[in-house]
Amino acid sequence: MEASYSDRPKHLAHHFAESKQQYDSAKLGMWLFLLTEVLLFGGLFLAYSVFRAWYPETFVNANKELNVILGGLNTIVLITSSVTMALAIRSIQLDRKEATLKYLFVTLLFAFTFLVIKYFEYSHKFHEGQLPGKFYTFEGIDGTNPHIFFSVYFMMTGLHGLHILGGIGVITWMMIRVRKNEFSSQYYTPLELTGLYWHLVDMIWIYLFPMLYLIR
Amino acid sequence: MNTIPEQNFLTAEKGLKSWLTTLDHKRIGILYLISITFFFFVGGLFALMIRLELMFPQDEFFIKLDDFNQVFTLHGVIMIFLVIIPSVPAVLGNFVLPLQLGAKDVAFPRLNLASWYLYMFGASFALFSIFTGGVDTGWTFYAPYSTTIDRSVISMTMAVFIIGFSSIFTGLNFIVTIHKLRAPGMTWFRMPLFAWSIYATGILQVVATPVIGITVVLLVLERLLGIGIFDPTMGGDPVLFQHFFWFYSHPAVYIMILPGMGIISETITAMAHKNIFGYKAIAYSSLGIAFTSFLVWGHHMFVSGQSEFAAMVFSFLTFFVAIPSAIKVFNWIATLYKGSISLDTPMLYTFSFLILFTIGGLTGLFLGTLSVNVTLSDTYFVVAHFHYVMMGGSIIAFLAGLHYWWPKIWGRMYNEKLAKIACGMVFVGFNVTFISQFLLGLKGMPRRYATFTSEFAQLNGFSSWGAFLLGAGLLLTAIYLIHAVYKGKPAGNNPWGALTLEWTTSSPPPHNNFEKSPTAHYGPYDFDKIVVESTLDD
Ligand SMILES: [Cu+2]
Repeated sequence: MEASYSDRPKHLAHHFAESKQQYDSAKLGMWLFLLTEVLLFGGLFLAYSVFRAWYPETFVNANKELNVILGGLNTIVLITSSVTMALAIRSIQLDRKEATLKYLFVTLLFAFTFLVIKYFEYSHKFHEGQLPGKFYTFEGIDGTNPHIFFSVYFMMTGLHGLHILGGIGVITWMMIRVRKNEFSSQYYTPLELTGLYWHLVDMIWIYLFPMLYLIR
Repeated sequence: MNTIPEQNFLTAEKGLKSWLTTLDHKRIGILYLISITFFFFVGGLFALMIRLELMFPQDEFFIKLDDFNQVFTLHGVIMIFLVIIPSVPAVLGNFVLPLQLGAKDVAFPRLNLASWYLYMFGASFALFSIFTGGVDTGWTFYAPYSTTIDRSVISMTMAVFIIGFSSIFTGLNFIVTIHKLRAPGMTWFRMPLFAWSIYATGILQVVATPVIGITVVLLVLERLLGIGIFDPTMGGDPVLFQHFFWFYSHPAVYIMILPGMGIISETITAMAHKNIFGYKAIAYSSLGIAFTSFLVWGHHMFVSGQSEFAAMVFSFLTFFVAIPSAIKVFNWIATLYKGSISLDTPMLYTFSFLILFTIGGLTGLFLGTLSVNVTLSDTYFVVAHFHYVMMGGSIIAFLAGLHYWWPKIWGRMYNEKLAKIACGMVFVGFNVTFISQFLLGLKGMPRRYATFTSEFAQLNGFSSWGAFLLGAGLLLTAIYLIHAVYKGKPAGNNPWGALTLEWTTSSPPPHNNFEKSPTAHYGPYDFDKIVVESTLDD
């Protein structure tokens, strides 16, 4: 039987019978959304594979122009931010609101750090003329069509960067909602979904890093 | 005498604002219905413009040669992305699916409304494109032509991108709804087959659509930044664009046809008053179609220069797609055997579907055969084939569904006599239009030409008259359906005597769908166990 209206928790939407059903639905929906994200990037992964197969020499030589140190640093930054995100969720499960806020804030800081490092990498490339397609002016990479490598590089890291920006927006919004006491150990679904999203963005970078920076 | 219940979802709230902010899946379905119908008639007008131009062999009889490419492109883009892809899921799926499952709403009502706004936002990009230079690439946007012409390609492809996300969110919403919101007793195998087909469609929407998303993003970047990955002069590959495009667009064919097949499973059982033959075979074949549809995209590229070996594999796999479709058709025919068939309008459309879809499907096998394809590629044979599937399949099934659920949506019945006349006009008009085009294609008339020599004159004239008859039939349909909304006879809860849950609630349904949360006590087509009388008064 359905619970009468008075004992329904505030977060429970009218068309669900109980909290668990709502939670399961939200989670399944999020996983499906993450699947679409994987396929969105999948197109770029395919383009990468095609052109790497066509111009193996170019890819090896062009990859030397990327800064492995900065790329590696960013990898560490993102992985750590995934840890702090997980800690934020753990904290809300224990009803520790202050800790949740703190961990979310640190995650946010890591996200900004990632973008700042990316900014330095990008501006160096802009300066050198290592740009996508027709804007490419750099000379000094052996191999045919080196601009294609940078098209692929900027598309992949650019789309990923946009996802980081999106993540920053969502995490900020989550912090506001935590502050407004909307979450507790009884209900923290949006926070958990944000975590799932953030881990995916992190994961995509874990693939991008070796594919772009570590070709040898 | 039937009456319209005073409290229903249409009367629950009043005013335009209540519609534009509604979270009720039934109202959102109607919002889609209105917008899609509008674009259907816009796309139809473009079709009639094509047929007017091609009525006689003279050049520029009706439209300038330069504009002809625009007109057929807009016809294609609008009909595919703005009409057929959203039609059945977004209109009937939205309205019917939660009712059939015994749910109060879809899993994410706000996302559902957001999908409609995304659709409208995307559609406004399409309109913007039309008024700022248009597109003349064909609906396929092949590079490098699309990346080099001086036309409004970016806004049109952004329209495709945005509407794609609307489609993804609709599919995602339905998958979760089916998983999590089924009423007590509604096991997977007690689900109506329409729900199964919406489920399979949802998988395709979620898995295939992001790929067209990234494809058009790459196209836009190619135009804006010259990234060169589709540009052969820069070491890129235009055939890669075709691979990307068809990896989505072949499954998209099934996004368009699968929900239509679901409708046919509903109408055929309700109209034959008989349990479906091979329930599980039909349910699983929907999933089979969804799966195999990802493996055959290369059959659109037999003459593109892809490797011959790949072409052979794609050709071979294409025949596999025919198997689950054929399973469905045979099961539907077997369902009719010894049924007591009512020849109401939904049934007439169902018969139309069975005939037209079978022709469309079988000619698809001609085209999937490698050697035959090389001859027929880019002729009117291809045009006729996909119109038999898209229009003769999807749109006819959509019309079957509209006529079947119209009395549920509005609580009122349309004029059956006019409906049968219109159905006849549509069927005859459609066949006259496109059988002519099969013959034109066999004679070698290429598609997308604005003019032709006199040997093709007779069949082209014939095809045009068919199109006008088809257009008139559809216009008549719109008129009596709208009339029924205001003046139709109250239809009662269950005008067809069907067994699925949506017929157990009032017509139109109340805001929360059911007075009391329903339980599924029997299968959706157990006509041998349960007898329900039609509520229609004669
Ligand atoms: Cu195909």
